[in-house]
Amino acid sequence: MSDFLEFFTRFLPDLMKGAGITLLLTAEGLSAGFVLGLLSAYARVYGSKFWRGLAVGYIELFRGTPLLVQLFIIYYGLPGLGITLSRELSAFLALGFNSGAYQAEYLRGSILAIGDGQMMAGRAIGMSRFQAIWHIILPQALRLAIPAWSNEPVSLLKSTAVVFLIAVPDLMAKAKSIAAQTYDPIGSYLAVAIVYLAIVYLLDAVLRWLERASRIPGFEMEGKKA
Amino acid sequence: MTNPILETRNLTKIYGQNIIFKNINLKVNEGETIVIIGPSGTGKSTLLRCINLLTPHDGGQVFLDGTEITAKGHDEDKVRQQIGMVFQNFLLFNHLTALDNVMIGLTKVKKLPREQAKTKAMEELNRVGLVDRADHYPGQLSGGQLQRVAIARALAMDPRVMLFDEPTSALDPELIGEVLGVMEKLAHDRMTMLVVTHEMGFAREVADRIVFMEKGSIVEEGSPDDLFYHPQHDRTREFLWKITELYGKKEKDRTSGT
Repeated sequence: MSDFLEFFTRFLPDLMKGAGITLLLTAEGLSAGFVLGLLSAYARVYGSKFWRGLAVGYIELFRGTPLLVQLFIIYYGLPGLGITLSRELSAFLALGFNSGAYQAEYLRGSILAIGDGQMMAGRAIGMSRFQAIWHIILPQALRLAIPAWSNEPVSLLKSTAVVFLIAVPDLMAKAKSIAAQTYDPIGSYLAVAIVYLAIVYLLDAVLRWLERASRIPGFEMEGKKA
Repeated sequence: MTNPILETRNLTKIYGQNIIFKNINLKVNEGETIVIIGPSGTGKSTLLRCINLLTPHDGGQVFLDGTEITAKGHDEDKVRQQIGMVFQNFLLFNHLTALDNVMIGLTKVKKLPREQAKTKAMEELNRVGLVDRADHYPGQLSGGQLQRVAIARALAMDPRVMLFDEPTSALDPELIGEVLGVMEKLAHDRMTMLVVTHEMGFAREVADRIVFMEKGSIVEEGSPDDLFYHPQHDRTREFLWKITELYGKKEKDRTSGT
């Protein structure tokens, strides 16, 4: 046990560097995914037939194929079409598009849960459709989405591990190189698992805080069930 | 003869094969309170929604202050700013306090500065007697309070006419009175109102004219006295008799406190 502790502290700075990249990729992917997801959810609920079809196509494509395949197509496949992207950009795009497809579904569900009545009430005081969506529907839908959506940052964080396969120096890549360097794969992967676990724990705390901070008295999932 | 604020000419609504209402001709003059009564499923609510263009109509015209608002290319959002609407199920914005519910139309639609909007919103909350609930969220208010906030929200836009779609039907009996009280006060202040309701007491006391609708048409209209005491049609008599008996009983229950 003390051996492992010593091992862990020795490589912690190195692991932290990798963790920084992992966190950065998660944040970038989550943000890009949020924008894409919101647009896709908007298109699916309110869009014309064309935009609805486009959104459905995108969501099905990225939810229906493994992230790793998406990453490889972007990094190894696109150069065949004359588009060569850096490792980091490829990782960012794959994670963003993938996460966007999932986030679209969370957001779509909560937009639908808000219902037509709120839209009608908004229109009744002279709001345009867009104003009603922006000022009335989305503020409620986003809050409603938080509990289910909270899975996505955690899930995405863990998914970022695949980027080590295109040699982005993330947390997983660090573990791999430490394992090769020390001939101690068990210690190395155990150490990296602990770091992932710690990050997820912190992330969960942030998400719980977000859920509490955005809470509206008398308006929550529990209330909806009644 | 004054020009009506609101007028429908041959307004018609059809869902597929179903005629919801047909050739409705209605005139609402400035300061008048008109109550529409009739059995459920007669198209009364749909009529109100067609009047403020929330539901597309299938024929006829609607005029507001002499301008045809059903004309092609007419700005719907502008029209709805001038027609207040109160819904059966309140439909307050659940993420906003009572004050913000009343303010949001002023700040986002009328683009008033915040302070000015707040002053106006507080005035409207005062009018419905809810200044002390300004900071409460809808989830913290009773049904009667929700509906009064909804009335204040509509009034804040300074509408030419207010539409009420069964405003007390979703309320517990003991909460109906506070909402009807607010509406009665509005009628006394000569707000122009078009009210769909089953509250016969309100219709008799407050309405300038009562319109009896059945199966998508206006059967009869006239002053409360005419309709209640000298109805021209048997159906009107039958309906009023039935509903007065039913609601009269409820009113008695209410006063005896059960």
